[in-house]
Amino acid sequence: MTGVSPETIRSEVRKLRGEVPDSVVEELERTLLRVGKERAITAEALQRVIEAVKEAHLSSLVEPGEAVGTVAAQSIGEPGTQMTLRTFHYAGVAELNVTLGLPRLIEILDTRRTPSAALMTVYLEPPYSKDKDKARAIAQEIEMTTVEDLISEMETDLMNMQLLLSLSRSRLRQKELTPSKVKEVLSRELGPKVEINVEETKLRIKAAESLSELRRLAARVRKIKLKGVKDVTKVVVKKEGEEWVIYTEGSNFAEILKMKGVDKKRTTTNNIREIEEILGIEAARNALIREMSSTLREQGLEVDIRHIMLVADMMTVKGEVRQIGRHGVSGEKSSVLARAAFEITLKHLLEASLRGEEDRLRGVTESIITGNPIPLGTGSVRLVMQGGRSERE
Amino acid sequence: MGGRMSEELDPRGHVLVPEHRVLSKEEGEEVLRRYRVKPHQLPLIKSSDPVARAIGAKPGDIVEIKRESFTAGRALAYRYVVEG
Repeated sequence: MTGVSPETIRSEVRKLRGEVPDSVVEELERTLLRVGKERAITAEALQRVIEAVKEAHLSSLVEPGEAVGTVAAQSIGEPGTQMTLRTFHYAGVAELNVTLGLPRLIEILDTRRTPSAALMTVYLEPPYSKDKDKARAIAQEIEMTTVEDLISEMETDLMNMQLLLSLSRSRLRQKELTPSKVKEVLSRELGPKVEINVEETKLRIKAAESLSELRRLAARVRKIKLKGVKDVTKVVVKKEGEEWVIYTEGSNFAEILKMKGVDKKRTTTNNIREIEEILGIEAARNALIREMSSTLREQGLEVDIRHIMLVADMMTVKGEVRQIGRHGVSGEKSSVLARAAFEITLKHLLEASLRGEEDRLRGVTESIITGNPIPLGTGSVRLVMQGGRSERE
Repeated sequence: MGGRMSEELDPRGHVLVPEHRVLSKEEGEEVLRRYRVKPHQLPLIKSSDPVARAIGAKPGDIVEIKRESFTAGRALAYRYVVEG
């Protein structure tokens, strides 16, 4: 008995496409081709294998009516009890401050507009990624420098109603700035009415009329950005494999992507909101999955990716990232009773009655409250009778 | 597409962004038939979404997304474009 040709294996296996996932099709094809080289596979055996794969796939699918949401909640919730409660941790990447464990997971699910420790991973394009000094130069350009970072001393001269700034020479050199350059930025920021004089490394700023105004000016001057990308407070250059990568504390995804030398295809941030805004809802979904699973994995917890994908799907299903909770997934349920059962019961019931809302009692929560069978598993099936007296639904 | 578009970056090609494609009327109807759903029962995508704008998706369109799935290799997903 002779075996089938590799072409037959390929064409037969590929007929499975659409019926089973691509990854299964590819793996089956690879395996069959390898085995086919060692010994002959008869046409009959090939069909048997394909049928067996189809059946195995079918039997591993989630059954209709399975409570996938509840299973996902428990599968993430239980390992969650073992996570660290400590908010901050200096881990892995040099001296960068990252949020880990449960606080980070909560932050992702709440999709806070500004994560407590925003972080960007900035990849560089070839000439810059290969050379440490070139990568350093970009890092210098990215790091935000404010007046506060440069001054060794700041005096408020009440006699003459002026501010006296002493700039540190070493810090100026480190940031590649000069007193005249600082003056230039200051006069642009403060407007033409403010008089600024430079004497070596001392700056005299004269503008204020009253004491309170002088104080306000002092506070404002401290925060003025001299160079760099807004909100990026710290940069670390690190070699990863063959290339130099910049890690930043503080995130400003939109600005960083505009910079020359930055790889616009791989650079990312851990701020989901920024990803949603700049790369869209599908990228946000991917980022949510990535962030959640890496947070769990980092704590040594194995949670099946399917549970995490379900959470990410629920959070992005409306076309924008919604948090899990009062202002998002749970708070926007269509059933009044389900919402009332989650949080602030009275408010939900009151508002619903004011608006004359209707509850179809179709969900799990409502069914439990009203003592009806829940629409899960066998409960999700309705019988339709046909015959003398037919009834719809 | 407003004037903001010019200085905006094209999100397509980023590692986090899967391939999006606007389906034709017929393809869209076929998807709705296959899953036995009405358009608003699909996951949504706003017409202001950066990728939706890049591919010129209008409210009422159905977008096909080729996801790199963690479990299935590749997976097709659909989103219904809504105003926003």
